[in-house]
Amino acid sequence: MKYGFEDIVIVGMAETDLGVVPDRGPMELGAQAVSLAVNDAGLKLADIDGLITCNSLVHPVMYHAEATAEYLGIAPKHCMAVGTGGGTTFTAIRYAAAAIQTGMAHTVVVSMADSMRSFMTRERAMVVQASSGHPAYEQPYGPTVPAYYALIAQAHMAQYGTTEEQFAEAMVSSRAWAALNPTAQYREQVTVDDVMNSKPIADPLKMLDCSIVSDGGAAIVLTTRDRAADLPHKPISLLGYGEGHSYEHISQSPNLTTSAALPSGQAAYAEAGLSPKDIDIAQLYDCFSVALLIQLEDLGFCDKGEGGPFLQSGATQPGGAMPLNTHGGMLSHCHPGNPGAIFGLTEAIRQFRGEAGERQQVDPQRILLHAQGGIMSSHATLIIGKEA
Amino acid sequence: MQRPLPTPSPLEQPYFDGCREGELRLQTCNHCHQAQFYPRVLCSHCGHDDLSWQPSSGLGVVASFTVARRAVSQAFEAPYVIALIDLEEGVRLMSHVVDVDPEAVTVGLPVTVAFEAWSEDVTLPVFKPR
Repeated sequence: MKYGFEDIVIVGMAETDLGVVPDRGPMELGAQAVSLAVNDAGLKLADIDGLITCNSLVHPVMYHAEATAEYLGIAPKHCMAVGTGGGTTFTAIRYAAAAIQTGMAHTVVVSMADSMRSFMTRERAMVVQASSGHPAYEQPYGPTVPAYYALIAQAHMAQYGTTEEQFAEAMVSSRAWAALNPTAQYREQVTVDDVMNSKPIADPLKMLDCSIVSDGGAAIVLTTRDRAADLPHKPISLLGYGEGHSYEHISQSPNLTTSAALPSGQAAYAEAGLSPKDIDIAQLYDCFSVALLIQLEDLGFCDKGEGGPFLQSGATQPGGAMPLNTHGGMLSHCHPGNPGAIFGLTEAIRQFRGEAGERQQVDPQRILLHAQGGIMSSHATLIIGKEA
Repeated sequence: MQRPLPTPSPLEQPYFDGCREGELRLQTCNHCHQAQFYPRVLCSHCGHDDLSWQPSSGLGVVASFTVARRAVSQAFEAPYVIALIDLEEGVRLMSHVVDVDPEAVTVGLPVTVAFEAWSEDVTLPVFKPR
């Protein structure tokens, strides 16, 4: 039987221990996430006939999804591993839906975990740091990952008058939310001055403009709406999805200050029949302050060039008009590497279930998730909704 | 510790040969007459594969930049200025801005090419204010 996109729903999710988890490696965290998520969905491991995983940067393996299935003792009909950065998280969710739509599997788990904090060696960190640059035309100049994003930040400052203090507001907002989340790795509130006085990394970015380094994993269970009828949680709908890709290496970017989040968001809004004003919570990809600021603009939450004043207005903070990264995001909550964006999704599901504790929003109906990979290169947007 | 060095393919070699000879060379399309960077098997503007190497004026402006305060490895000494340079021929490339106080670099700064030996075999373009 073939299904439409609208027939595919999220029925379960789980997170492992997050933050600093020295007693579990990436495969162990990933398998644990699957097991917990399947249990949350009211299913058994044997019910899983599709498995999509994200390869580990710390311990990469050749056939990651297949190795995870073996570890779990299951033999799915469909296995696939995605190997790249943050942008693939929601692409993996869309692939899971597509696999179910086309009959390749009926119940799919998407699992992502890594241990950048506790298991990364210095040598491996160097390889990973360099890997996002062009080997012949960028890496020889010694850029760091923050330096790539700093090029975008400097261009935004020159074009729109954005200030370093405005970038600093990203961490202020993130920590205000993280303070409300017991699972966040860093929960101490910070001020704009704290960010401005943190260690310079690559001008204009400082230590507190950068995301954290964590261990952790999470998994999401998807199936059809008809199957979800027997399961314990109210299903969550996939309303719209889009992608945008305009370059891979930053030196090839046609526009440093407007990203392919723009077409990605437009496609997701169009499929969902929604606009930014219909979104109750946004979970965006905050690997660096500047990335968050540009996504707020390109996804239509403020006008182009107004990301700085928008962050400064407090709109994204608890009690503000546009709740943003309510778990604390990758700036404060958890950022194990490639899986960083999945915690925006687990948080969104928690918000729909009314289980978000002190940071619970009043009955949110539609949540927008955005992830990007490379140097603001590859974008994916997913809009999900609470079922009536 | 050595800086990361390119391992050029035969197709890319003329670019690196040019750098060693003190000439910045750009692949230019014989069909649409536009330059491109980096070198490719086809023109990334029009898709034709009829390309030739032409000397660049080496003149450009800083499209954006950052002062790296923490070096990527011991092969580099912070602070150093990583920049995206827009050349007159309409291409953009990553490079260093040298011979300048890092605090004096701005977006739009006019620059001209210079060459620095990264190793015995590899020379790369860098830029200085003009």
